[in-house]
Amino acid sequence: MIFEQRLKNEEKILFKLRYLYTQYGYQPFKMSKFEEYDFYARNKEFLVSDSVITFTDTHGKLLALKPDVTLSIIKNATEEKNTKNKVYYNENVYRVSGSSREYKEIMQAGLECIGDLDLYDMYEVVSLSAKSLGLISDDYVLEISHMGILSALLDTVTTDSEFKSLVVDCIRKKSEHELLECCEKYEASSEATKMLTNLIKLYGAPSDVCEKLKAMKVSKEFENATEELCQLCQLLKDTKEYKNIRLDFSIVSDMNYYNGIVLAGYINGVCECVLFGGRYDKLISKMGKRGGGVGFAIYTDLLASFDKECREYDVDVLLIHKPKTSVTSIQRAVEDLVAQGKSVSVQMSIPKSLRYKELKEMED
Amino acid sequence: MINVALPKGRLGEKVYKMFANSGYECPSILENSRKLIFENEEKGISFFWVKPSDVSIYVERGAADIGVCGKDILLEYEPDVYEMLDLNIGKCRMAVAGKKGFHDNNVATLRVATKFSNIAKKYYAGKCRDIDIIKLNGSIELAPILDLSDVIVDIVETGTTLKENDLEVVETIVPISARLIVNKSSFKFKTEQIENIAKELKAQVEAND
Repeated sequence: MIFEQRLKNEEKILFKLRYLYTQYGYQPFKMSKFEEYDFYARNKEFLVSDSVITFTDTHGKLLALKPDVTLSIIKNATEEKNTKNKVYYNENVYRVSGSSREYKEIMQAGLECIGDLDLYDMYEVVSLSAKSLGLISDDYVLEISHMGILSALLDTVTTDSEFKSLVVDCIRKKSEHELLECCEKYEASSEATKMLTNLIKLYGAPSDVCEKLKAMKVSKEFENATEELCQLCQLLKDTKEYKNIRLDFSIVSDMNYYNGIVLAGYINGVCECVLFGGRYDKLISKMGKRGGGVGFAIYTDLLASFDKECREYDVDVLLIHKPKTSVTSIQRAVEDLVAQGKSVSVQMSIPKSLRYKELKEMED
Repeated sequence: MINVALPKGRLGEKVYKMFANSGYECPSILENSRKLIFENEEKGISFFWVKPSDVSIYVERGAADIGVCGKDILLEYEPDVYEMLDLNIGKCRMAVAGKKGFHDNNVATLRVATKFSNIAKKYYAGKCRDIDIIKLNGSIELAPILDLSDVIVDIVETGTTLKENDLEVVETIVPISARLIVNKSSFKFKTEQIENIAKELKAQVEAND
């Protein structure tokens, strides 16, 4: 379709994602560009970056350009027993972006499922995150972790919050050598050290990892979280996306907000994580709502770098007319070309920077 | 193909030798040429030299799949990468140094000259000490001598430069050594190759211990 050819890669993806999410009953969510700063300040740690662009409105109230969509969706979620709010969005957010460490306007697409969640909802969101990555490229990896597994293991090993946060940092960096140093410094038992180093090395295909997790005897909480993760993997097993799914516990999120599965998606050729999400029941209850929440966001700004295809021409036809060419003949010539599906630029002389496929010169 | 960013200089040469001993050699790198990238197609590896402080940028942004840089760079810039191995070479320490006999009496804001402002800020924040960072790009040792600062935060290898200038280490912040870093996305798609390289290098580190 000619119309589709004219779209940029990220625009095509946004259309496809929108179609995918509506097929699964997700409703569009639209929000304003600003919110009161206080709202974000209360949940600062939940935000990917805690730098928020603020300004005062005409009444002196401090506002913020929205750095996140999830918080607003939770605020607007309705509470009805045994139901869920299922919404998707394409919104610009304003925050410090990845490796550039500068403020950026980022087009974010994603979905949230909030309410009384069950295993199916978890499966639906995880499977939609994999399908979303699949719409971007066939060569993708969706990684799943479970915060319950990590926190149960940490609770068994220590009660020292400083030690816990150092361990989490080592796991995030897959840094076994630093973990060993850290365990030695905090005098962790050899059994605890072994369990933690095992978790760093534990990544790969879901079936292999689940088997190893089940063999680890840690605590009841660890067992429950493992069970939840493995049940989810079992459901995903028959899907076409399964071959692209891995388990990896180095995806770590703030444990004050996330409590269950965490998702991170990668596309071959994009140097950063393009999809991030997870289950955030703790955030829901912190915001005074009942039930749970799970969702993910895709950072579509990163996909621009993935779209290496470069158009050879800016326009199909460069139409040059003389000063005395009649307007009606220009009008007719342009409409004819457009009707043939060609793009046209009307000029009196050839612009230096315009690349064209075909040059047509009109007579007086 | 695995792209490796090596730090220019003595450390980088040592690191290349470790790669070569692990079976990832690329003889053209030792030739005196103006080439920027050295490739061994058969082994599926290519190397390039970059400024040591730029290694983490190349790796974080995916231009290199893996790289080797000092822990000082990782602490200062905090790149979002995996830090998979301590290569146990290029050993030194990040330290606070001052004029011989310097004593921090804690009554005034401490003037700290350094290239590593993030490391210095974090270190003193942990001690609740009020400091004034003076960001310098070289010849840090001059700062306390000319009373530009009370102390410096810098890398100390043998301590000879300090000694020759009547300075001494006041306290050690953290030991430093070279680390193998990996781009997170590359690790997902080249897991086996990267794991093999890390495994071979680890075997050498252990053999040298």
